[in-house]
Amino acid sequence: MTEEIIIAGFGGQGVLSMGKILCYSGVMQDMEVSWMPSYGPEMRGGTANVTVILSDKRISSPILNSYDSAIILNQQSMDKFESKIKPGGILLYDGNGITRHPERNDIQIYRADAAAESAKMESARTFNMIMLGAFLKIKPVVKFENVIKGLKKSLPERYHHLIALNEKALIRGAEIIQPVEVA
Amino acid sequence: MAEEYKLMKGNEAIAEAAIRAGTDGYFGYPITPQSEVMEYLTAAKPHETTGMIVLQAESEVASINMLYGGAGAGKKVMTSSSSPGISLMQEGISYIAGAELPCLIVNVQRGGPGLGTIQPGQADYFQATKGGGHGDYRLIVLAPASVQEMADFVSLSFDLAFKYRNPVMILSDGAIGQMMEKVKFKEQVPRMTEFPDWATTGKNPDRERNIITSLDLDPARHERFNLKLQRKYKEVQEKEVLFEEYMCDDAEYVLVAFGTSARICQKSVEMAREEGIKAGLFRPITLWPFPSKELESLTSHVKGMLSVEMNSGQMVEDVRLAVHDNIKVGHYGRMGGIIPAPDEIVEALKKQIIGD
Repeated sequence: MTEEIIIAGFGGQGVLSMGKILCYSGVMQDMEVSWMPSYGPEMRGGTANVTVILSDKRISSPILNSYDSAIILNQQSMDKFESKIKPGGILLYDGNGITRHPERNDIQIYRADAAAESAKMESARTFNMIMLGAFLKIKPVVKFENVIKGLKKSLPERYHHLIALNEKALIRGAEIIQPVEVA
Repeated sequence: MAEEYKLMKGNEAIAEAAIRAGTDGYFGYPITPQSEVMEYLTAAKPHETTGMIVLQAESEVASINMLYGGAGAGKKVMTSSSSPGISLMQEGISYIAGAELPCLIVNVQRGGPGLGTIQPGQADYFQATKGGGHGDYRLIVLAPASVQEMADFVSLSFDLAFKYRNPVMILSDGAIGQMMEKVKFKEQVPRMTEFPDWATTGKNPDRERNIITSLDLDPARHERFNLKLQRKYKEVQEKEVLFEEYMCDDAEYVLVAFGTSARICQKSVEMAREEGIKAGLFRPITLWPFPSKELESLTSHVKGMLSVEMNSGQMVEDVRLAVHDNIKVGHYGRMGGIIPAPDEIVEALKKQIIGD
């Protein structure tokens, strides 16, 4: 099994840390993982993206130009990555701020309005964990208990009191995800 | 099992490996995309544990000369920088090679020339392998292709550096520096307490004073010294070549690539194989000494080779020298911080090497 994922959005949305937690979850179940961020000028005040690969084999290229799954958090990323999902692949997006919704009919499209949901949970920082929970509902590449272990590994000790809130966010994500039909 | 692994950036792995290798001193100056090396080291505070010194120098020129001094005293010293910073260090590197001192220099390459870009590149191959500074000298150059190798090559570099009294360079790039993968570290090695007999550790009454210099104004003596250096380099070429082959046994076409490019080429090989092309990957791990003989031996069954590099064609010259005119050799490269995609490499292989 190899899953090639792009996570893309604005800097500050937790794109890179979502990828890191996903990777740590993979490490917890003895998978091979790679996490390749955009670190260029775009990251300095603009879009951020990370390529995450989880596999039970040695990972070849950490840099890709087509993906099994895309987690899309803003319009720029939708424009950039919708066309780069492999046929039959998955596109999961947050509807907040999206003006042009995905149009492809050869992929599976899902929507989880995590920004709105994180506002209801009164913690904007749960946003990325809501998205991750939604993703893992449709693509359970890592076990839920390993995500919690991964969270513990990737969060500094001083944030460990937030793990329960993150756990709640993951569960909420799995509840709010909706399939999207493209006409 | 899983607990033994850490998830880390390549740059952080170098820093942790440096502490564990018993390094005495790190001297550096920040530059993207390798600043995490010093950031990690300063946060880890190894002066409280192993006694390792971590110092931000006022410039790259100062850093390399701090290495010169530390190495002269027989200490395990290292620096890291990225392309423009490494250019600034070239005078010092030449002096260190001329004074026959061991040290580790890490170049996490970015695109050039000049300030270029902060995105990854491999255009410092010539500088690293052909002598970036003046004079007839060589660096031993290691090219890691994973975060694990970033860690492993630190202690390997120090072993080679002390074995041959020669500076060693880890030639990495921004992609491997910034990428996170699983990594397992070796046990902590204590810092050295005994030093080589050539080190300037203070003169004893029972021996002559040790002098560290790269200057010798007597032509005959200096030629003898140069010949001695060349004999040393020849020995390195005979004994220290490292490389990796991937699906080369039955390959008709071979991609030759190092570092990040080699990782991408591995995927290209898999894609080509799916199309029925018998492709393989040859990855030089030591860029100097270059695995020429090993590459040449592949020409018994390989019809063509494509050197894939994030530059305009540098290593391809060494590939051509290795295989002579026996088979077709081409180059495919991207520049400016652009990383080639696996499928464009397959296309280039078909177009340039396989043909119709």
